[in-house]
Amino acid sequence: MKCDVCEKEAVVHLTQVLDGEMKEVHLCEKHAKAQGIDINSPISITDILMGLGEAKQGIASELSLSCPRCGMAREEFRKTGRLGCPDCYNTFMAELAAAVKAMHHANQHIGKIPAREGVQTRVKSKIARLKKDLDAAIAREDYEKAAGIRDQINAARDQAQGGES
Amino acid sequence: MNLNTLLERHGGWLESGPEEGPVVSSRVRLARNLHDTTFPGWASKEVHDRVWNEVVLAFDHIQDGEDFLHWRMDELDSLERELLFERHLISAELAERKVGGGLFVSPDECRGVMVNEEDHIRLQSLQPGLKLQKAWEEAERLDDELEQSLTYAFSSKLGYLTACPSNVGTGMRASVMLHLPGLILTEEINPVVNAVSKIGLTVRGLWGEGSEASGHMFQISNQITLGKTELEIISTLDQIVLEVIEHEKNARLRLMETQKLRLHDHIGRAYGILAHAALMSSGEALDLLSGLRLGVDMGLLPKIKRQDVDQLFIRIHPAHLQREAGEALSPEERDVRRAQLIRNFLEGK
Repeated sequence: MKCDVCEKEAVVHLTQVLDGEMKEVHLCEKHAKAQGIDINSPISITDILMGLGEAKQGIASELSLSCPRCGMAREEFRKTGRLGCPDCYNTFMAELAAAVKAMHHANQHIGKIPAREGVQTRVKSKIARLKKDLDAAIAREDYEKAAGIRDQINAARDQAQGGES
Repeated sequence: MNLNTLLERHGGWLESGPEEGPVVSSRVRLARNLHDTTFPGWASKEVHDRVWNEVVLAFDHIQDGEDFLHWRMDELDSLERELLFERHLISAELAERKVGGGLFVSPDECRGVMVNEEDHIRLQSLQPGLKLQKAWEEAERLDDELEQSLTYAFSSKLGYLTACPSNVGTGMRASVMLHLPGLILTEEINPVVNAVSKIGLTVRGLWGEGSEASGHMFQISNQITLGKTELEIISTLDQIVLEVIEHEKNARLRLMETQKLRLHDHIGRAYGILAHAALMSSGEALDLLSGLRLGVDMGLLPKIKRQDVDQLFIRIHPAHLQREAGEALSPEERDVRRAQLIRNFLEGK
């Protein structure tokens, strides 16, 4: 297959859908580079979305942010669209949240939960829910109810510890 | 571990399966990462080694773990890595990465785990024909077994945490490989591809991301991985694939009814060239084998089995040709051997 621009052998073959038309593009290494296509890394939706994020940069102090666990700097993450470690999700949450929402049209996982994680994650969300109820009960001065909820929280905590062993 | 163990057979996912005419195979891939561990693309060699060793240990503890074949990428030469790529067992990224990467694969090649690719673990399950549900069940079973030894990076909000935010949540990419020559011949492929793309699914070529649809093969997969359950994702994909199959079948029927001569000519020419050519590039071979596969589906080539054609789709690639020849071959020499391989197969058929 020849390059669409010159006579050289094409190394990049892209199938694009534009306005309902499927178009095939064949390019040699040189002309692929000229088009800004890195042969080793296919263009992904992440690159596009992270690129869009660049337009609305945050405050200066955030720009120099890097992950305390793995050291990945925000600049690096923006360039590659790949995170350095699981903790990067917390570090870069501010800008990730929008990108994740744009990609998936959702921001809450509802699929499989690891069995190992399962007990603790479920108990954790149960405790969070109970604490909210507890605050509400105390605010209403319903101490009898509050005591009941406190017992439930303690039971849930014991359960969480049991799940770890 | 010897690669010949794989080469003596063909992958179990090339057996026959439901809707096997237009559907080649179904695949479910799960991305998983180890808790508190730097992702492979950003990690040091020590971390790569630790992850590899943890996965080796995890396989020791699963039921049929000792049956899995496994290799580190750095113990394979480039031809061997290419061979695994041609069999759809590793990605191009892992084949190129060399350092730190590895592969576990079940003897029937239906289940595999890529280690230290973009994520620490990329688990895949392949099934022949349209069997997404079964592919998911097999993937989940292996996932559950591995998880008994490994602690995954998981957040109750974002689900399984992956190196690329586009995989976060379920970490699941389900895909179906379709052979759609009818839609190509009737020039109806564009509206179908376009419609599928509009509903949040991705259409790709034979080799996945960034590849062209050689051999009239298309992969349809989910794009969204967060905010839906695995079964919801699979059921949507299943429905859409069934619709695409319906379109393909209708296109084939219409060709048979209104353009019978053209269809016979297309298949006959493919057969004729494959049976007699002395030089054959892989691009030409894929296009002609597509015609042959269509002929088999339409009952025009009763002596040829579809599975044999599907195997040729893999055996005509450079690394497989060179492996069978037992030596490195120039592109020209490969064209000779490729033509010869196909001629031998078709002899007397």
